[in-house]
Amino acid sequence: MTQFLQQIVNGLSLGSIYALIALGYTMVYGIIKLINFAHGDMYMLGAYFGFIAITILKLDFLPSLVITMTATAIIGIMIERIAYRPLRHSTRVVALITAIGVSFLLQNSVAKIMGVSIKGFPMDTLPTQTWHIFGIVITLKQLIILVTAVVLMVLLTVIVQKTKVGRAMRAVAVDADAARLMGINVDNIISLTFAIGSALAAAAGILVGVYYNSIDPLMGIAPGLKAFVAAVFGGIGIIPGAMIGGFTIGITEVLISGYWSSMFKDAIVYGLLIFVLLVKPSGLLGKNRKEKV
Amino acid sequence: MKKLLVVLASLVVVLSSLTACTSTGSKTIKIGVNLELSGDYLIYGTPEKWGIQLAVNEINAAGGILGKQIELVIYDNKSNATEAYNNALKLATEDEVVAILGAATSGLTVAQQPVASQYKVAIVTPSGSNALVTVAEDASVFDWMFRTCFIDPFQGVVLANFASTEIGATKAAVLGATGSDYAVALNEIFTTQFTANGGTVVASESYTDDQTDFSAVLTTLMATDAEVLYVPAYADTAGLIIKQARELGWNVPIVGPDGFDSASLLTTAGAANLNNVFFSTHYTALDENPAVAEFITNYKALAKEEPMALSALGYDAMYLVANAITAANSTDTTKVRDAILATSNFTGVTGSITFDAKHNPVKSAVVIELVEGVYAKATRVNP
Repeated sequence: MTQFLQQIVNGLSLGSIYALIALGYTMVYGIIKLINFAHGDMYMLGAYFGFIAITILKLDFLPSLVITMTATAIIGIMIERIAYRPLRHSTRVVALITAIGVSFLLQNSVAKIMGVSIKGFPMDTLPTQTWHIFGIVITLKQLIILVTAVVLMVLLTVIVQKTKVGRAMRAVAVDADAARLMGINVDNIISLTFAIGSALAAAAGILVGVYYNSIDPLMGIAPGLKAFVAAVFGGIGIIPGAMIGGFTIGITEVLISGYWSSMFKDAIVYGLLIFVLLVKPSGLLGKNRKEKV
Repeated sequence: MKKLLVVLASLVVVLSSLTACTSTGSKTIKIGVNLELSGDYLIYGTPEKWGIQLAVNEINAAGGILGKQIELVIYDNKSNATEAYNNALKLATEDEVVAILGAATSGLTVAQQPVASQYKVAIVTPSGSNALVTVAEDASVFDWMFRTCFIDPFQGVVLANFASTEIGATKAAVLGATGSDYAVALNEIFTTQFTANGGTVVASESYTDDQTDFSAVLTTLMATDAEVLYVPAYADTAGLIIKQARELGWNVPIVGPDGFDSASLLTTAGAANLNNVFFSTHYTALDENPAVAEFITNYKALAKEEPMALSALGYDAMYLVANAITAANSTDTTKVRDAILATSNFTGVTGSITFDAKHNPVKSAVVIELVEGVYAKATRVNP
């Protein structure tokens, strides 16, 4: 039982990361129907900005987190302006291929500037406090990951549900043209969505950097794909769906590695995606909407 | 069109005169270097390059060999098997080198093997420790392949014996990737020897190549009563595993192979987590041999960093080839290859080298204990 609970704790920290990345995927898809494959690389960028803030600028964790999220948000806006906006009215496959191109651009630029070797954060970035509760080991870092993730998710939900900007975002997601007729600046709302999505991925990046202490230019590929699975699993375009999807995949992976074999975890996760798509194509929380003619 | 033809024709003339120039009037002896200077295994290729460079600087400063200076032709194989093969092909056919040094890892060395036998040029890997680098699956020896390090089976036996006798463990847990030749070979040999010593491998888990989270498997392994954890992995992954094991509060001795011997183990695991960690390697700076002290001083002056085992192996590999060329008194690749094979009691900074029938050096290993991330104690284990 202790072992099971320990695995759940392990799964929650892994799941928080997937959930944070999945939120960005889902928000961007919800608003412009673009599967932004460069999103995993925004997470990688976040890890590197965090690395620079902590090791070169010698800042503490919290200011580094804020700087990292801001810097990555700005890059997110720039990418949308330069790469996606001119293609907004072209076919979806064109935008998708552009996203893959942006992904390679980011990976190789970081590899060129920062080098390809693995970099580690200083060990004293966060105190190495550990608690033993009924035989379960919980580290301060795990707690910080979980708390940061939950706080950011709550904040996001409040922004989307309770503010004027959030209402504008929801309006654009439903019908961009109608929203424009109502006086909403659609371009600005889309930029904002990219900014928020990128900032959340950046938060995940710096958290992973501090937790695992190992970052490299290709670190975004696998978690990016897993987060995409999480977003689809929960119902792409639906914010609570991304959170549920992220945690489900994190915990599933850990339980399979712990009780069966690590070699099967990816196969099962992707298998789960296929299963969900077969049974409920719109995802766990997705509604089957009829196409209006 | 006529103009283009003239240009092309003159180009051909110029080029052919150039090649003629290099093959007949060469004043240097060319040695090829084919190493991982970027990509995943950059941390292994780079120190070997510095070791080789140091040896060449010393040899050339002392007047070179056969009255000629050594010229290195260095190619980066980008940690990729296809690149490694293409580089070897280029070194053998275009650059016409006397011998090739590299690669640092077993897989990439094996990838070059066809070039060695087809173009008859000896390849010496400083650190490719998989048994299949010098012998084929059917146990026939590759005539042109050599190495300057001990092989994984020997390393696996050393580690299993160390776990049984020095640590006194009877129950071991193993965590190794199934997608890596290095890990699979080391895993099998350790398990066999540890069992032969009267111990039991109580749990064996694996992981995928791109995995960074090991908390789940470590939690499972922790629940067993293993007294030692064996991790046949390279430093980047091993560092993550050690860190996460210690953070979960699992403090058993962790034992690993020469892949641990890299500065990146300290970066990823952190000094505080590197206690009670042991690994086997080829060389130790704790050695009291004066040649080792001199090597360390000169290496630091050249590379601006501490030498690692791989630096020392690169250095020894270069001297081994230089000695063979001197002994052969020729730059003919076949004579050089025969001279390499005939090497007997060559003394390098990593120990003494004599080749056995399978082109493997018979030499000792060193087991190093880490205390707070520092190489605290070295135990030499003879074959």
